[in-house]
Amino acid sequence: MRKKKSVIPGFGLSFGIVMAILGLIVIIPLCSLVVFSMKLSFHDFIVTVTRPRVLASYKVSILTAFIASVINAVMGLAIAWVLVRYKFPGKRIMDGIIELPFALPTAVAGIALTHLTVPEGWVGKIFAKTGVKIAYTRIGITIALVFIGIPFVVRSVQPVLEKVEAEYEEAAAMFGASRVQIFFQVIFPEIRPALIAGFTMAFARSIGEYGSVVFIAGNTPYKTEITPLMIMAKLQEFDYASATSIALVMLLISFVILFVNAVIQSFTSKIVSGIE
Amino acid sequence: MGENEQAYVKLQNINKTFGNFKASDDVSFTVEKGKLIGLLGPSGSGKTTLLRILAGLETADSGDIYIDGKEVNHVPASKRGIGFVFQNYALFRYKTVFDNIAFGLKIQKWNKTDIKNRVEELIELVGLKGLEKRYPKQLSGGQRQRVAFARALATQPNLLLLDEPFAAIDAKVRKELRGWLRELINQMGITSIFVTHDQDEAIEVADEIIVMNQGKIEQIGTPVDVYSNPQSPFVVQFLGEPVSIRDYTQFKGFHESGGSSRAVIRPEFVTVTRKKEFNPYPVTTEEGVVERVAFRGNVLELTVRVQNELFIAHRQIGQELISEGEHVNVFLQRMYLVDDAGQTVKIAVNEALREEESVVI
Repeated sequence: MRKKKSVIPGFGLSFGIVMAILGLIVIIPLCSLVVFSMKLSFHDFIVTVTRPRVLASYKVSILTAFIASVINAVMGLAIAWVLVRYKFPGKRIMDGIIELPFALPTAVAGIALTHLTVPEGWVGKIFAKTGVKIAYTRIGITIALVFIGIPFVVRSVQPVLEKVEAEYEEAAAMFGASRVQIFFQVIFPEIRPALIAGFTMAFARSIGEYGSVVFIAGNTPYKTEITPLMIMAKLQEFDYASATSIALVMLLISFVILFVNAVIQSFTSKIVSGIE
Repeated sequence: MGENEQAYVKLQNINKTFGNFKASDDVSFTVEKGKLIGLLGPSGSGKTTLLRILAGLETADSGDIYIDGKEVNHVPASKRGIGFVFQNYALFRYKTVFDNIAFGLKIQKWNKTDIKNRVEELIELVGLKGLEKRYPKQLSGGQRQRVAFARALATQPNLLLLDEPFAAIDAKVRKELRGWLRELINQMGITSIFVTHDQDEAIEVADEIIVMNQGKIEQIGTPVDVYSNPQSPFVVQFLGEPVSIRDYTQFKGFHESGGSSRAVIRPEFVTVTRKKEFNPYPVTTEEGVVERVAFRGNVLELTVRVQNELFIAHRQIGQELISEGEHVNVFLQRMYLVDDAGQTVKIAVNEALREEESVVI
């Protein structure tokens, strides 16, 4: 029996390129992580990744990343809504600025935010009066993570929101649904999958963020040390095995986050595509 | 309102402009209670706009809308007692069939048991029992339309508006659904208006047809009336399968009629017979040449040239076959004469038939 050939040519070549790139930049580096951490025995591995200071750093990273991503989900939705639903001068510029956190070196953002939020800075001054410190606290970390995570949510929700047809809203309005009811019962379910996707991408990104956070975090052990900083510290001590072990834990966390997202997405896409 | 107490819906001098585009141009009509009305017109004729103005989804620039004798110009859509079926149904994708139908009832704060009973009753009515838990995408086009229909009817409207209700369905199922919808609407006795660009659909389903073009009403009447007595050049050109003829006086049996130089003829008015077949009207029969024979399933469609004009005629499948290039007898029964100002339409009947009619009388 002859193999049926695809109508579109070049599968072999393009698939080969894809596998080569994926292998070179994703799979091989990640495998090397595992190989490096194998230098430790399993017992040593567990001890390394569960030292109190490291455990504290997981907590800081996950907590700040989670709070920042929740804030991003709400703010990002609002920004996407404004960009899609209203016309106003400067809309194009605002739309462009959204992507700035993608393009800007994260260290630049970190320095700028730190300057702004230290007790002597423009924003820090105002909060200092009420006794709230931003720079060098977890609040500072969260602000830096909000900054780097916002485009993920906006850019996921925006195209979906653009496609929500006016007919849905009219259908609901025919029954006397209020604007609020229409939003929560008709529009929100439509954009929920995109919002979840944006949230998880921002979350996964925030957990691993280093550049913008180190400046504003202050890096006080047990309080404002993030996990990527722990890895950096181990590397500076030339303790590669420990560094890669902690990195492996981070890889696992990222994987779990993306897996949960994939499960949710496939569940909602089943409803939309109609395949049982 | 006194002159027509039966009028359930009344539109008076409705105007609506989008930019430079006149979507409704001084439109007025009334709809009797319990009637099923077809708003027929080509795309861009303003039929959907009119439906949306009536529903309250669009606001007219000027004019008055009455429903059940009450002026509703400023009454919001949800308070007009209207059920609306959208062109693509606008079913909520993330809600099940049950929740879609229950949506309006929940918004209007019915209690839970009433909602359950009402939705079950509707699901039974539209024949979707057992599919309550499905999502819209897990249904066929026809089933989706039934859900949209049930959802529109849930809140017990007095007026049902349907925007191109069959446009999104396969041709085969469409025919089935037309009959179903007609029957259901008759059974419920609900006044209904549907928009369509498909003349067969309007003719088959509606009690009364309103033909629209360029924001204006061209003609209102029963399907038989509108089809066989077109009142305007547009209606003549829009219904049936019209063929235009420039100089109709050259054909036997037709004479100059004042002010009309153009005529329109439909295939059903052209009888084509073979030379050896019996011809009851030899005097007013023309000779033609068959240029094309096309198989149309239930009929053969002939393109015949007579004195440099092309005619389309149908011939039953059971009759003797006619081949291309054959010389045939062509008898033209009647034509619609369009006056030169493009305002009125007259029916011209072949002399032979007129004499026959007068003999019968």
